[in-house]
Amino acid sequence: MGWNKLRKTPLYEKHIALNAKIIDFGGWAMPVQYTNVIEEHRATRGFAGLFDICHMGEIEIKGPQALDLLQLVLTRNLAEQAIGQVKLSALLNEKGGIIDDLTVYKMANDFYMLVTNATPKDRDWAWLNQIQQKKKFDCSLKDISDKTGKLDLQGPRSEQILQKFTETDLTTLRFYHFYESRVAGFPAIISRSGYTGEDGFEIYTAADVIGNIWDSLMHAGEHLGLKPAGLGARDTLRLEAGMMLNGQDMNESVSPLEVPYSWIVDMNKEFIGKEAVLARKNSGKGNKLVGIEVTGRGIARHEYKVFYGGKEIGVVTSGTFSPSLNKAIGMAFVAIDFSAPDTQIEIAVRDAMVQAKIVKLPFYKREK
Amino acid sequence: MPKPNPQDRVYSRDHEWAKDNGDGTVVVGITDYAQEMLTDIVFVELPTNGKKVAKGEPVAVVESVKSVSDVYSPVSGEVIDVNTKLESNPEIVNQDAFGDGWMVKIRLSDAGELKTLLRAADYEQMLKEEKH
Repeated sequence: MGWNKLRKTPLYEKHIALNAKIIDFGGWAMPVQYTNVIEEHRATRGFAGLFDICHMGEIEIKGPQALDLLQLVLTRNLAEQAIGQVKLSALLNEKGGIIDDLTVYKMANDFYMLVTNATPKDRDWAWLNQIQQKKKFDCSLKDISDKTGKLDLQGPRSEQILQKFTETDLTTLRFYHFYESRVAGFPAIISRSGYTGEDGFEIYTAADVIGNIWDSLMHAGEHLGLKPAGLGARDTLRLEAGMMLNGQDMNESVSPLEVPYSWIVDMNKEFIGKEAVLARKNSGKGNKLVGIEVTGRGIARHEYKVFYGGKEIGVVTSGTFSPSLNKAIGMAFVAIDFSAPDTQIEIAVRDAMVQAKIVKLPFYKREK
Repeated sequence: MPKPNPQDRVYSRDHEWAKDNGDGTVVVGITDYAQEMLTDIVFVELPTNGKKVAKGEPVAVVESVKSVSDVYSPVSGEVIDVNTKLESNPEIVNQDAFGDGWMVKIRLSDAGELKTLLRAADYEQMLKEEKH
């Protein structure tokens, strides 16, 4: 197959050896599935799944005024963030639209790492530099994406598997916190977080040793039910957990208050895009991202149109068959007047109108 | 590995099969190779009885978790029966694409069309060439 023009992660050859089906994901040759999506999805919910996430971006910001730059460009108030804590935040343009939703790792008082989505990474990088050139904060930015490898180990057995390869006591690591430690002997950041709705870890290490860690985890995890899992399962897992996908459920024309992100927007501080976000909110117009469940026969898919009483009110942003719930679920961007839970809607599936309803997110919540 | 392609039927280049009932009707489904490529089939949309189809036109839809795929009718004619079991158990297509996973029964409008389709050996040759 002709994947020559696509970027490859350091784990590409491992995916090929595992006979993975490779797709173009934002210019990256990524495994969408190794065996099949449902099997990988259920392995992650029941035991553990290992995901190659090397395509995501990492940006370091260092210097006495690193926090000042972040406070200006990000919606979340990071003043109280502790060293070793992870915070999800949004990066907006001047019109209040979401450029990216990213996680902020506080490494030290003057040192942060931003973890960006793969597709908007270059856009994030350009935007951050544009702001920095104007404001000249006392800090420097560095794109470390190419030399950084990332693996997500997700699922209820993740801790048991990862503990075999690190001396750090993982039972003390809280959700959305991280340790700088070692995995299989290599320096690594271990973060208790993820994109599946399960317990699990995001592991960052040097790109040239990520293969060693992949092999170690796979080898030790196999008899515990660990499976390599592709982007297909990642997508069904995150959707069940009510997590949005950048570029699909949100984009630069969408305000963070139109999607379930008001909790990461702090109106008590100044940030780029704030005025626009407020103006759009006060206008009372706009749209809302909601959960949908198909009650008729069919599966809602990305870009299918949504109707209410024959009138077009929005569009499906994500839709799939949920392997955990055995039904068709999704997210839709609908006019705010029709966004209340239990609103009966119709979705245009090919030449038929299929019944559906608006539901609260998430679809799936793990037992704690 | 896909199951062998039975000799008792003919195949389209789009991975459908048609089995001649000898009474002017054929049973139509997708090949085991096709179901393996689609992987986890979670939804099958079937036509209504009486629908007229031309050879090469979509006659059904199969969906996996990730993808939506048309099933093209390998022959022209009228749909006279559909496998309603697939509506509640689409996974039958994965389990038995050449048997219980059949999709529609069609009354042929031109029996000569069957001769234009591939025999099992030719279909297998085509699969080999596709892989290169």
